[in-house]
Amino acid sequence: MKSAPFKYMRPDTLEEALSVLVEHGEDVRVLAGGQSLGAMLNMRIVTPSILLDLNLLTELSWIEEVRGFLATAALVRQRDALDDATVREHIPLLAQALPHVGHYQTRNRGTLGGSVAHADPSAEIPLVLATLGGEVELRTARQIRRVKASQFFRSALVTAREPDELLTALYWPRRNPAQRSAFVEFAVREGDFAIVAVACTLDAGTLRIGFAGCGETPQIIERTGLVDLDAATIQTIAREASAGLACQSDLLGSSEYRRQLAAVLASKAMSALTRETVHA
Amino acid sequence: MLEIEAGEKTTIRFTLNGKPVQAQAESRMQLADLLRHVLKKYGTHVGCEHGICGACTVLVDGRAVRSCLMFAAQVEGASVVTVEGLSNATGGLSELQAAFRRHHALQCGFCTPGILASATQFLQDNNAPSEHEVRDMLSGHICRCTGYTGIVEAILMTAQKRGGA
Repeated sequence: MKSAPFKYMRPDTLEEALSVLVEHGEDVRVLAGGQSLGAMLNMRIVTPSILLDLNLLTELSWIEEVRGFLATAALVRQRDALDDATVREHIPLLAQALPHVGHYQTRNRGTLGGSVAHADPSAEIPLVLATLGGEVELRTARQIRRVKASQFFRSALVTAREPDELLTALYWPRRNPAQRSAFVEFAVREGDFAIVAVACTLDAGTLRIGFAGCGETPQIIERTGLVDLDAATIQTIAREASAGLACQSDLLGSSEYRRQLAAVLASKAMSALTRETVHA
Repeated sequence: MLEIEAGEKTTIRFTLNGKPVQAQAESRMQLADLLRHVLKKYGTHVGCEHGICGACTVLVDGRAVRSCLMFAAQVEGASVVTVEGLSNATGGLSELQAAFRRHHALQCGFCTPGILASATQFLQDNNAPSEHEVRDMLSGHICRCTGYTGIVEAILMTAQKRGGA
């Protein structure tokens, strides 16, 4: 399996990359880490006329604290995010999720921005961004806009990015010191696509649970005013949350199987939050 | 900005196993094919060509990556190490390779070059890995002969021999 022919363009600056998108937008596929796109090109699921390789753009590989957010530039490798002390401190949910993203070898190359731009329904990084209520920075040659994750993911592999826009950074709300988080998923083998993945945060009585792998985009439920997360409450929330999910069927499982799995994993994630409380 | 038209070839210059090389590659050529078909380094094996099996894994600037998911043009200026570059200074088996032999960590050997590349970086990252960590790293490689037991042992024993574990 070899990619169909394409024109390879490797800009040295962000400005050059954006001008290629202005001129050729619809015909371009943007290459970041290539751990999903490379396979899609080889299998000819996508056949762009231009491949725009961002890998020389050092302007897109920084991690910075910006007001209430930790911002990560699009080309930050998953491996480097996992090793980064500020990521572990400010977005522990992402640090909990990253070991589940692909394999050791694909994390060496795969990027945070690439995963979000690709928007696979079972992907962990988009799930974490949506669960935390993060934002996506999109840039054209003329303007920069920020889109909330809840509006960015439109459908499976479909996002709010326009053809002339480049995803340049992700904004992750920084953890409030009292926030607790947990991440669990089920896949057939370690590193496979998750059948269902669940991310969960608890902060001052507000519980957010995000589900990936069920529907076409991450689905988030929120409960406020929680006083006690005891076993009975966990079971009730897990049952109610999973009942309201859009769930699809495919070769890996039926929609009913996914709904059941979502309830089990949500209970596990919430229980992990309470165990964390005990240890604190 | 580098531009390579579809179907056109360009010269790629990089370091392969410590030596400067240059080779002609089309824009869509995978790094794996550049190594095998152009530079005749057949030690890098190609299995699935979509990043799953791990056979084609090589080291690019010290990191284990799938050479089927990188294009040849992307290694311009980089340092690439294939299994041919992992032997010791006199051309004999490295410590890790010798451990693979001792622990029967291969049978047909198709997956071995990729696993050696990953294990090389992995042992640099983590000089005292647990069995769980080794198995987690190996989840990025498919071996249909060994059942992994010998591979896990070889990697753990190499770490131990180097004084980590």
